[in-house]
Amino acid sequence: MARKLLLEHIKVEGINTFDVYRKKGGYASVEKALKTMTPDAVVDEVKKSGLRGRGGAGFPTGMKWSFLAKPEGVARYLVCNADESEPGTFKDRYLMNYIPHLLIEGMIVSSFALGAKTSYIYVRGEMMPQIRILEKAIAEAKNAGFLGKNILGSGYDLELYVQPGAGAYICGEETALLESLEGKRGNPRIKPPFPAIAGLWGCPTVVNNVESIAAVVPIINEGGEEYAKIGVGRSTGTKLISAGGNVKNPGVYEIDLGLPVEEFLYSDEFCGGIANGKRLKAVVAGGSSVPILPANLFLKTINNEPRLMSYESLADGGFVSGTMLGSGGFIAFDEDQCIVRNTWNFTRFYHHESCGQCSPCREGTGWMEKVLHRMEYGHGKLSDLDLLVDVSKKIEGNTICPLGDAAAWPVASAIRHFRDEFEWHVTNASEAVTRNYGLAHYADPLQKLETAG
Amino acid sequence: MLKVEETYAPVEFSAALVSKFDEIVSRYPQGKQKSALLPILHLVQAEFGWVSVPAMDKVAEYLDLKDIEVYEVATFYSMYFLRPQGKYMLEVCRTGPCCLVGAEKIMDHIEEKLGVKEGEVTADGIFSWRGVECLAACGYGPVLQIGPEYTFYENLTNESVDKLIADLRTKAK
Repeated sequence: MARKLLLEHIKVEGINTFDVYRKKGGYASVEKALKTMTPDAVVDEVKKSGLRGRGGAGFPTGMKWSFLAKPEGVARYLVCNADESEPGTFKDRYLMNYIPHLLIEGMIVSSFALGAKTSYIYVRGEMMPQIRILEKAIAEAKNAGFLGKNILGSGYDLELYVQPGAGAYICGEETALLESLEGKRGNPRIKPPFPAIAGLWGCPTVVNNVESIAAVVPIINEGGEEYAKIGVGRSTGTKLISAGGNVKNPGVYEIDLGLPVEEFLYSDEFCGGIANGKRLKAVVAGGSSVPILPANLFLKTINNEPRLMSYESLADGGFVSGTMLGSGGFIAFDEDQCIVRNTWNFTRFYHHESCGQCSPCREGTGWMEKVLHRMEYGHGKLSDLDLLVDVSKKIEGNTICPLGDAAAWPVASAIRHFRDEFEWHVTNASEAVTRNYGLAHYADPLQKLETAG
Repeated sequence: MLKVEETYAPVEFSAALVSKFDEIVSRYPQGKQKSALLPILHLVQAEFGWVSVPAMDKVAEYLDLKDIEVYEVATFYSMYFLRPQGKYMLEVCRTGPCCLVGAEKIMDHIEEKLGVKEGEVTADGIFSWRGVECLAACGYGPVLQIGPEYTFYENLTNESVDKLIADLRTKAK
């Protein structure tokens, strides 16, 4: 069984308190970094680890840190993105709820590396219970001398605050998050300049996901090279996967990147298969924004190779036959689920969450929602399918932030892989309101690819 | 159904509330007090049950902002109620993963049980309900939350919802 780097002690009684967390070796990375390392050495370890942003984009964390501008006399900020809102994703809530000190420890080490004297954890407003947990944990850490002035006698000062959002998915986009933290509407900013140059209040800022910051703790404790030994290729380390939908054992799992998807889905150590003895119809592997795949294409790539839980393997086949690891929001659909209804549901979500700044997204998500709604409720036309693809293409790439893409991809991929189900909804409208299309051929073995020569 | 109207009655912020505001403002650099707007609006809503225009104006005055800077934020974020709600607002996640495990049936059940449509207030003023977008608890669905503490209720069934409603009704009396 794989080693757990983040969740090893999560079941320990009282691990949410400073004393127990400390007894289990907590805050060792703060001692190591502040007493024996320079900030640049910490950045180097994170670079060596190959850690990639765990919020969804997968951008190398060490590289992001190294872009941070360091003009003399200007404050720098680290902001933790805990606005977890991507449908299917609930790992950050789990981590903050049960082992809040891991995030705080990571924030101290990361802030030290970046030279930030004040850092913020931006938590989505609905997570008030987790905000209270974090605030209590921060008070404990401060009381023990790990926050505040002259931490552990190192001369390094850090204040850490929790900032609530107020119900806006868009604030998970880093520049929208900064706008929100400045007390404004969450409208994403035009880039460049990137936050590393001009972020919070115009100052150089790094925004990192909760899990990325937590991962800095084992990276510093064990060294970046050790961390990089876990995983496969450029997918190094462990990843928290939130498993939901129709799996038998929903929950948050820490996996070594590179675990075969079949093992993740069917082994009792993880999802335990599909609930109620049903069969798998489709999977959204990385949160609602990534392309949905039918069961057969999810389990194997188009070349009949077993798929792995890694950035590269899930993306194998590009958008034609692949998907993305994203935020690790794993949603399984059983044979009774309706792809049309789900696509409509997701589109309603994006329409609701569009900030309204860019016309293609503001208008396009609304049109897609309306068209999918009429299709789901028996008033669709066959030409609607091409219309949906057309609208999705006109949103994709034409907006300031990736919410437009995130709204377009689920629609485009659902039609690409489940077109027959959409057509059946249109041509059998009265039947489609009373029953679902079922599993169809989506779980059949893949045809062997005919390759020339 | 109870008919609720937004009112323009003046509001007063207690000294205790203002001292909480002061603490929040102290988290940001000098002159960046606008950052306190979202947390302060949460406190206002927790105190009064919703965010009225006079309350927003008072917040603007406190933070030295233009009124519109507060209105645009209060209307942008979905957690702020711009009109009075029932004492307990049941917010049920209505997004994909929760629907795969029965969230829509739970909402139907709540509607029937409370006898009011989404967004309405029960005659006794105790309950409102609405569907909200993903609450990041997809593995424990269906879920609902109730402010201002945002207590979470997971793995809902019709029975657990009935019990919750009965308990809250007792608590409210």
